[in-house]
Amino acid sequence: MRSKNIGYLFSEGIRGIFRHGFMSVAAVVVTVACLLIVGSFSAVTYNLSMIVEDMSKDNKVLAYVDDTYSDAKARSVGTSINRIENVQDSRFVSREEALQNFAKDQFENPEDLGDIDADTFEHRYSITLVDNGLLAETLEELRSIPGIVDVNAANEVVDGLAAVQDVLQVVSILVVVVLLVVSLLIISNTVKLAMYDRREEIAIMKMVGATNGFIRLPFVVEGFLLGIIAAGMAFGLEWLIYDALVAKIASFDILKGAFTFVPFTDLVWYMVLVFGGAGLFVGVIGSWTSIRKFLDV
Amino acid sequence: MIEFTDVVKSYSADTQALKGINMQIDDGEFVYLVGPSGSGKSTIIKLITGELKPTSGTVHVNGYSLEHIRRREIPYLRRTVGVVFQDFRLIESKSVYDNVAFAMRVIGAKTPEIRERVPYVLDLVGLENKGHRLPTELSGGEQQRLAIARALVNNPSTIIADEPTGNLDPERSFEIMSLLQEINNLGTTMLVVTHQLDLVHQFHKRVISIDDGLVVSDEIGLEALV
Repeated sequence: MRSKNIGYLFSEGIRGIFRHGFMSVAAVVVTVACLLIVGSFSAVTYNLSMIVEDMSKDNKVLAYVDDTYSDAKARSVGTSINRIENVQDSRFVSREEALQNFAKDQFENPEDLGDIDADTFEHRYSITLVDNGLLAETLEELRSIPGIVDVNAANEVVDGLAAVQDVLQVVSILVVVVLLVVSLLIISNTVKLAMYDRREEIAIMKMVGATNGFIRLPFVVEGFLLGIIAAGMAFGLEWLIYDALVAKIASFDILKGAFTFVPFTDLVWYMVLVFGGAGLFVGVIGSWTSIRKFLDV
Repeated sequence: MIEFTDVVKSYSADTQALKGINMQIDDGEFVYLVGPSGSGKSTIIKLITGELKPTSGTVHVNGYSLEHIRRREIPYLRRTVGVVFQDFRLIESKSVYDNVAFAMRVIGAKTPEIRERVPYVLDLVGLENKGHRLPTELSGGEQQRLAIARALVNNPSTIIADEPTGNLDPERSFEIMSLLQEINNLGTTMLVVTHQLDLVHQFHKRVISIDDGLVVSDEIGLEALV
């Protein structure tokens, strides 16, 4: 196709948008609203997966050593622990260090600990896993090591968040599909209206021998432009809303340090992909599907 | 060339528009197609332009075999056949010039070609000074001239005029028929569908008469209509 023709087809597409100004604005507004919801779900899902990932990284398994073991014997157990495939690293924590940690965690002033003896505590290993998904199997392997009397993994929070993430992902997919269909119908209707208005022109084009591709393209361009305009507006709005929301959440003392949100600037490409992809999909498919019956002349 | 051989066209089990049409129109001929309403004239036009396919028989138009034509070939067939309608079918929002240029643009003609060809065709139909006007600012006869210019601009080998004078007074009708005659003299095959027999009488041309889906006569001039 010649560049002159491409210029002509694009100018016709742009003209089509203005020919039905009100309907075009309505299509863009509805699509922006749908894309905002789609984008918000994507942002929440993305943040949640980051939080789960971070918490998983911090989540340590503690393996307690038989308290009859001497210091040297307890340290030798580490070799067996490190042989387990899912163990990324393990650090030996002596009774004395465990006492100090306890004192730090429980009292503002470690002196308040009083006369608790280090022998009250057991030697232990602080273990980081490669894959938290294999936690149950790894705990079993740790328990089977001679000298390990107990293992402890505080994974309830991570498991809870992961469950929320799974549910959110399913809900997100459903919401995204429903909203994309809504946007698709709206854009399709706008293009249909444009085609209906120009049905006689289309009939003349068919009569003089224009190909279906040539007739179709201005309308696809129209849908494409509507989709891209909506995507651009939704992207900008999402950025504003996201930044405002993160700032608001950060201002609550109770939530400080509990969650760290990914800054929008880190999400830009992800969001460009979500909005651009959705906008293009909605615009091009919406117009393409509405054209067919008008070409049957 | 247009050639119909034993062409049958049924719209449903009990509606047969054409019942075995045989006719041949050679390149450069001027032919009137006449017949009462419902005789099958419109079906013949739709078969020639590829809007319909024959139920049986063969239709050949300017090198295309219509019973086997592929969907994507139809636009190229239509570029060889210009069509003029009784109701003109002009784009009212476009100027006279743009109505004609549009027909070239949508088949991918280059701008220099359009700038050269459109004034030539407008001159040929006598609208050389009205290029900037809107169709609504033209008389009925001028609108039909514009429709002829549009049909002609892509240089088709055949023009089909479907009741081209149906909306015109006798004087304008004669002018339009004369114009079609002039275009035919330049080498374009002309098939004029009409029921205005008085006009047919004035031009001594081949007349194919259709009735009830069959060719009932195919003769030169007045004899066909007596």
